[in-house]
Amino acid sequence: MSSVQLWTYLFITLSFGLYIGIAVWSRAGSTNEFYVAGGGVHPMANGMATAADWMSAASFISMAGLIAFLGRDGTFYLMGWTGGYVLLALLLAPYLRKFGKFTVPDFIGDRYYSRTARLVAIFCAITISFVYVCGQMQGAGIVFSRFLEVDITTGVIIGMTVVFFYAVLGGMKGITYTQVAQYCVLIFAYMVPAIFISIMMTGNPVPQLGFGAELTAEYGGGYLLDRLDNISEELGFAPYTEGQRSTQDVFFITAALMFGTAGLPHVIVRFFTVPSVRSARTSAVYALIFIGLLYSTAPAVAAFAKTNLMNTVSNAPYMELPEWFYTWENTQLLTFEDKNGDGLVQYVADPALNELTVNRDIMVLANPEIAGLPDWVVALVASGALAAALSTAAGLLLVISTAVSHDLLKRSFMPQITEKQELFYARIAIFVAILIAGYFGINPPGFVAEVVAFAFGLAAASFFPAIVLGIFYKRMNRQGAVAGMLAGFAFTSFYIIYFKFISPEASVPENWWFGISPEGIGTLGTLINTTVALTVSRFSPAPPRDIQQMVEEIRLPGH
Amino acid sequence: MHDDHARAYWKANIRVLTTLLSIWFLISFGGGILFANFLDQFRFGGFKLGFWIAQQGSIYGFIVLIIVYVFWMDKLDSHYRQNSQSNSREGDQQ
Repeated sequence: MSSVQLWTYLFITLSFGLYIGIAVWSRAGSTNEFYVAGGGVHPMANGMATAADWMSAASFISMAGLIAFLGRDGTFYLMGWTGGYVLLALLLAPYLRKFGKFTVPDFIGDRYYSRTARLVAIFCAITISFVYVCGQMQGAGIVFSRFLEVDITTGVIIGMTVVFFYAVLGGMKGITYTQVAQYCVLIFAYMVPAIFISIMMTGNPVPQLGFGAELTAEYGGGYLLDRLDNISEELGFAPYTEGQRSTQDVFFITAALMFGTAGLPHVIVRFFTVPSVRSARTSAVYALIFIGLLYSTAPAVAAFAKTNLMNTVSNAPYMELPEWFYTWENTQLLTFEDKNGDGLVQYVADPALNELTVNRDIMVLANPEIAGLPDWVVALVASGALAAALSTAAGLLLVISTAVSHDLLKRSFMPQITEKQELFYARIAIFVAILIAGYFGINPPGFVAEVVAFAFGLAAASFFPAIVLGIFYKRMNRQGAVAGMLAGFAFTSFYIIYFKFISPEASVPENWWFGISPEGIGTLGTLINTTVALTVSRFSPAPPRDIQQMVEEIRLPGH
Repeated sequence: MHDDHARAYWKANIRVLTTLLSIWFLISFGGGILFANFLDQFRFGGFKLGFWIAQQGSIYGFIVLIIVYVFWMDKLDSHYRQNSQSNSREGDQQ
């Protein structure tokens, strides 16, 4: 067993032991504890938990890689996934906390006084969460298979068992405190290699400053970003710091990711766990600071990794490449085909001449190896990636379970069940959800990357307008909200399914509506939802008095 | 009386939101996307300004916005609470 593997086993055993320990310590005894951790979570702890909940395998593993290959255009992930928090903090979190129930369908169902609205919300919440959770399990599988060289199935089963432990036992309470621990693990694992590499390449220990600094003499001097622009151009790629996509597309994708972020049920529900309206606001600050730490580091990691990769492999003799190249080749995530038979690696933009394909997901995972960092740092990244995947998976599974036990059974179809029974159903639901998620983790549908865009687009087009209108427009009624959600959801899913699954070959800017890619269509879905909701509500009766009173109540600050 | 206060509070709240969200829009969609190419002609260190706003500055801006929001709303809340308390006391005397 290699030294990297030994370290990886050590870190994973320690961190998993910690998570299980927390699970046993924080068992949930009531539905209140199971759904919202008793509503007594400290804003800072909730901020960390929100950050871990939010930062998924995609943020940890894929984002820096995506930015490395998109360059300037990768911006929409950075701004979209952080800017959405401003909307969440200002438009949703305080009011939903004041409303003070357990779930997003709770709010939709009560505010729009209708079982139909509640059922539509349950359907959206479950679809969005399932789509998202499959990606997490697959992320965990990749980490296990690469670093421990166990097969993906074993990896996913280990991951499922751990999540099962703390989610089923502890519910939201267990999940919250494990997420706090997972945030610490993941941020440490992300920052350590970034700082190391920043010092190595630029002499500046702060990665956020390092990627705007000059390279050390060993790397050839000059500003890192200028260097990156130059090599990219030499190899036929577009300059790194210049955008390639149309402005309106970048605009729409950014907006869709922002609205989607603010509408994701597993993030919103975290703000139900704090004790007051004021702490909901404070907790949003903490959350964004904790998230911002990773998100401001990611573009630096992207720039370092891209420079390093091109420096190392471009025109290098294949036989003399460093060890990591061959290990990653084994996973098929890195492939080399010597087309012209000269024994050198040609990495260029022209597909006919290019001999190297790099899966963007390995940029973060392979980065420490590419930079030649010590084995323990490589292993640390593996446990960080697992923390990111498992924390998000747990949050999503909880949404699925509450949607079933609380919204579907207790509030819609079986109002007579006792709290004990409800808790029992919640645990069964989370168990079944874990099994399904695990199945998709082991047999991943080939479209995980695509479906993430789906989750955001759907959240943006369904929940975001329904909740915002419910708070800020007292006149919004049942008919308007239901029609709006259905229109937004249907339009967005049709557009994405058409361009992603039915005829992906037609997915080129010329065919897109207004030049908007499927990733950005959620923004248009949001607008359609809002327009339909406002129009329909004008032509149907105003909501009952007690509902209007409820809205006024939500708008006032609590104590 | 209580209703008037609630209305005033809500109006002030909406003002806070409009102000902060306008800045939010200017930073992200303005600085990071619409005017980014124009801003790129200004440089500091290795960063072009538009690129820096898009990949770094906007995130810091968002954090500052939420911090300002928290303090602003705290002030608004305590102002509102004091007013409504003094009013209910006046009401008692009458």
